[in-house]
Amino acid sequence: MDWTVVQNSLPMFEKGFWLTLRLSFFGIIGAGVLGLICSFIQYFKVPVLRKLVTAYVELSRNTPLLIQLFFLFYGLPQVGIKFSAEVCGIIGIIFLGGSYMAEGFSGGLAGVSKTQIESGLAIGLSRFQLARYVIFPQGLMLSVPAFAANVIFLIKETSIFTVLAIPELTNTALDLIGMYYNTNEYLFMLVVAYAIILIPLSILLTWLEKKVRYGTFGN
Amino acid sequence: MGHSGISIFFEGANFLRLLGGLYVSAKIAFLSIFFGGILGIVLGVLRTLHNPLLRLLLRLYLEFFRIVPTIVLLFLFYYILPQSFNINYKADTVGTIVFSLWMAAEMSDIVRGALISVPMHQVESGKAIGLSTVQLYRYVLVPQSVHLMIPATINLMTRIIKTTSLLLLISVVDVINVGQQIIEANSHRYQDGAFWVYGFIFILYFILCYPLSRLARRLERRGKAGANG
Amino acid sequence: MAEPLLKVEHLKKSYGEKRVLEDISFEVEEGSVVVLLGPSGSGKSTLIRCLNGLEAFQGGTIMFNGETVRPSPKNWRRLRQQIGMVFQSYDLFPNMTVLENILLGAVKVQKRKRDEAARQAMSLLKEVGMEQYANAYPRQLSGGQKQRVAIVRALELNPKLMLFDEVTASLDPEMVRGVLEIILRLAREKMTMIVVTHEMNFARQIGDKILFLEDGKILEETPGRQFFTKPQTERAKSFLESMDF
Repeated sequence: MDWTVVQNSLPMFEKGFWLTLRLSFFGIIGAGVLGLICSFIQYFKVPVLRKLVTAYVELSRNTPLLIQLFFLFYGLPQVGIKFSAEVCGIIGIIFLGGSYMAEGFSGGLAGVSKTQIESGLAIGLSRFQLARYVIFPQGLMLSVPAFAANVIFLIKETSIFTVLAIPELTNTALDLIGMYYNTNEYLFMLVVAYAIILIPLSILLTWLEKKVRYGTFGN
Repeated sequence: MGHSGISIFFEGANFLRLLGGLYVSAKIAFLSIFFGGILGIVLGVLRTLHNPLLRLLLRLYLEFFRIVPTIVLLFLFYYILPQSFNINYKADTVGTIVFSLWMAAEMSDIVRGALISVPMHQVESGKAIGLSTVQLYRYVLVPQSVHLMIPATINLMTRIIKTTSLLLLISVVDVINVGQQIIEANSHRYQDGAFWVYGFIFILYFILCYPLSRLARRLERRGKAGANG
Repeated sequence: MAEPLLKVEHLKKSYGEKRVLEDISFEVEEGSVVVLLGPSGSGKSTLIRCLNGLEAFQGGTIMFNGETVRPSPKNWRRLRQQIGMVFQSYDLFPNMTVLENILLGAVKVQKRKRDEAARQAMSLLKEVGMEQYANAYPRQLSGGQKQRVAIVRALELNPKLMLFDEVTASLDPEMVRGVLEIILRLAREKMTMIVVTHEMNFARQIGDKILFLEDGKILEETPGRQFFTKPQTERAKSFLESMDF
């Protein structure tokens, strides 16, 4: 392992690192919002939209991100819609992530215990109040583990952006390999870079899970 | 301006070539699922044994495959392995190895999770009538946890199938690669070839994965109902 | 003689093919306590849950406070402010403090002013010995403490009728007594109550009237004193014997 190579390439990896984080951040927020909206639609069984959401979730969960990206970046321009590579990436993450988030939130909402709901009904809460004071707060707490898993999953998926030549981490490494051939060093740094993001994040999310789980076991 | 790209599919052997590419993807997927599945079950059982060193090692193995994105894994194995171990495998084989190991890692977690959820008193009852460790697993633990493993395993299979899409990056001639070639070859004649070809591949993956998803969902629901009996 | 607070006539309920409540009829006078006794699966819980709309019924009528209950979500919502219920699982809302749990119904459903509701809440908490826990979260409380808060939460709405569904069944023995004493006190204060319980001593102390159920039917309706010394039916007799009475 040639450490000078490692040192020299640090600046480039740093840029890729921040880009990966930025793209992940926007993608995850977008996916989270989309997922939340979809899970509400499913929970309240909104008539037409509900079918749409189901179709969307099935479509996005059963197709690879890679294809979604290719379709967005190469296919759409041919029918007139053109996005930059980075925008395609974020759209792809939001599209894919949204369905995973929706499933996570739906699971959480459905997991609120029946007896909690009955307690709410017994003090005269309306359906809306029940949702607002009992089901949503507890449902969101129950969704945290799934949310955590999705966050980690989506950050890893950004590595696929490399196919659109977006200079995130994986692309940086592959680029450098293509130019200087120091495969060992660059792949090592790549793995370390992802570890730096994902290991602390994983620990943080596990801590969050534990802290929040307390609440639902309050009975 | 050129014909509508949808006619690409009626041109020559394009359609068959796409299916051929799909066959390659599917083959690697199912081989990986098969080998990885078996290995995963074994590893999962091993992870529940009371050997801290073994469990730590296997845990590290799992976490490694969880932290590193699959693309990076593919490149690691494709570029570094040949150098370090002086073996040279075809891209297809490398892909199968990587996916098998990944499948095994995730599978071991599913298996372990299901096994440790069997209530302790079931295990104790088994021990009380003198069952050996092997018998415990065979007659008590495995039968009571299998139904938990199935939906998660099917979802894992779906994920593997989807991720085979990355194989083209290590030059496996899979369905997407074939698609790209077709688009290239026909770009002058069909302006919107990319739209149709990628759209089609999109649908192919969907057709492949959706039945599995639904099966998993149905089994999960039935499993829950049975467990609450 | 005053009109009974609650009058149930020919109530019927089925789960699909299975009949779980058969021709249930009884009355509850205001200020009295009715205890539902019976073996497991006799329909006691189902019956009491029908009385505040948590279970639907397919036949018969319920008259509460002179009004025939027309089962609709809106009606039940209104009635539930007058019919309080405490469950076996004392489900307090985990994301709120004790005080917030209690005030939720008063402020958001009955639209009362927060100060007034809080004053009542604190005074009720004091009566059950929980006033220092007003700002605690449910997870910090023991089962018995949670159940006391659950009772206060129901009382805060000033109900005319209180329903208790096996409220001590999930508690450790030491805590059972504390909770039962609270219910006894409510009886002395002439709160109209219907209680489902397995605690025979408690039932004897508190029951003005005993309804003994089996297989969804009322086998016996007997004044409290009499039931425990001289039950009318053989079935009740063997039930009491099996419970060491």
